[in-house]
Amino acid sequence: MNQALTELGEYIGTALSVEGAEIAGVGDELVLTVPAGEIERTLTWLRDDAHCLFKVLLDVCGVDYPEREKRFEVVYNLLSLRHNQRIRVKVAVDADTPVPSAVGVFSAAGWYEREAWDLYGVFFAGNPDLRRIMTDYGFEGHPLRKDFPLTGFVELRYDDEQKRCAYEPVQLTQDFRDFDFMSPWEGAEYILPGDEKAGEGGTGS
Amino acid sequence: MAESEIKNLTMNFGPQHPAAHGVLRLVVEMDGEVIERADPHIGLLHRGTEKLIEHKTYTQAVPYFDRLDYVSPMCQEHAFALATEKLLGVEVPERGQYVRVLFSEITRLLNHIMNVCAFALDVGAMTPFLWGFEEREKMMGFYDKVSGARLHAAYFRPGGVHRDLPAGLADEIAAFCETFPRFIDDTESLLTENRIFKQRTVDIGTISQEDALDWGLSGPMLRGSGLPWDLRKSQPYDVYDRMDFDIPVGKNGDCYDRYLVRIEEMRQSLRIIRQCLEELPDGPVKTQDNKISPPGRTEMKGSMEALIHHFKLYTEGYKVPAGETYTAVEAPKGEFGVYLVSDGSNKPYRCKIRAPGFAFLQATEFMSKGHMLADLVAIVGSMDIVFGEVDR
Repeated sequence: MNQALTELGEYIGTALSVEGAEIAGVGDELVLTVPAGEIERTLTWLRDDAHCLFKVLLDVCGVDYPEREKRFEVVYNLLSLRHNQRIRVKVAVDADTPVPSAVGVFSAAGWYEREAWDLYGVFFAGNPDLRRIMTDYGFEGHPLRKDFPLTGFVELRYDDEQKRCAYEPVQLTQDFRDFDFMSPWEGAEYILPGDEKAGEGGTGS
Repeated sequence: MAESEIKNLTMNFGPQHPAAHGVLRLVVEMDGEVIERADPHIGLLHRGTEKLIEHKTYTQAVPYFDRLDYVSPMCQEHAFALATEKLLGVEVPERGQYVRVLFSEITRLLNHIMNVCAFALDVGAMTPFLWGFEEREKMMGFYDKVSGARLHAAYFRPGGVHRDLPAGLADEIAAFCETFPRFIDDTESLLTENRIFKQRTVDIGTISQEDALDWGLSGPMLRGSGLPWDLRKSQPYDVYDRMDFDIPVGKNGDCYDRYLVRIEEMRQSLRIIRQCLEELPDGPVKTQDNKISPPGRTEMKGSMEALIHHFKLYTEGYKVPAGETYTAVEAPKGEFGVYLVSDGSNKPYRCKIRAPGFAFLQATEFMSKGHMLADLVAIVGSMDIVFGEVDR
């Protein structure tokens, strides 16, 4: 991390008066983690503070970590043209807790929140237009969640008799193949077939 | 005469209208000829790229980036390659960096020709489109020679570029640089001072600087409003910091200024291409670490180790250390970013693609409110939208 970014990180760490905010450097990028309820205030502060001036919201996206208690991370990527810096703001939520919408702070947030809602099912409270955006009209489920299968659940075809598109459950002509190419000699965390008994008695041959 | 109530008319624009630039469906609410509300419905080209990438190795993810914005494929590979290299901590050899910059700029020309000419077509000028495709054809020939594919190149890979330039290509590109300015001049002579073109574009879809920032615009959309912001200058990647070029900016932020910015950017791109060709150093074009980039064919025939490396790379791929990064490049359309999360395995855990067109399209309603229906076509045309990247 360069000097200016380190200083900016330290400044945000001391000047941002948000309970539970944590700032860290990941690689050469700044990452700020805040509680979900404080996101609106944090973004407003980052936008307006003279040392930050993060006036562009480039991106809002979800990330799914099913093993965590709060399984979703909502990531906001901000850019400051004035200081030529970037920052990433993160919020952790579970599937039921709404995140306050950032539309009031950045107009650009609207569609990005719609997208995160559509693909991950993270609810944004206060977004005036939280419809689905990427998936089809009437789609069910949130496709980018890790527990959503790659092939999906339904497939679409044109039904010539009904003269309209018809949804049907997915039928795979061959089983879904997800090859595991991870080398078993380099830290793979599963038991190889035939090795089940290796740990038990340790008798060897 | 009896008074009658006049209702607003709701109209569908697209998804199969030629001026919809692909599969844009706009639901427009109109009061007579004036647009009250424009609601873009996107997602008709949604292919789940991000989900697919999560199930592929890093090498296999590269071709998906070509298919996002299919008018400027290599710039998007560039973003992914840079993001992966950042996580891997790999340094690209100098020649590789030059070749990347060279082809990024050729890509920019490809994209701007497409946009300027299609925009002209949208507002009624047919000829530039025909001329433009001839030039595009030449540049796609360069793509073909260097990567084997005219459109979906898969040429920029993490660690460098796939192959070195074939013999004679540098001279061909240099010769092209001599003839291409003629095309720009000809196009300009048709459009820049054209009365009809100006009537359709001047003062249409004006964006102020504050609005441009608020809506997250980037690229020519931002520069058209007078903000000299270009990632190639402000956060240079590869060898852009050695290149000598200028950033054109507009004054009023209307459709006409965005057109002028793109025209000037083409000239600047030519400058960069010439510099790349002049300074092009010798040496390898990809990292020599065979854990990341495959060994050469001939080497493989004789060396067992090279063969193992090759086999491992094309089955297991390489593992990327756990971490995350947001890396962006100045794609022809604007800031194209990749937010890459790695969990230490050979596949990306999450790969969010930040496409510039998505933000542009979001601003459609704000830009077109109060304009006439015909202006909507000009606005959408000047935004430079390709649905491959908007819908992903």
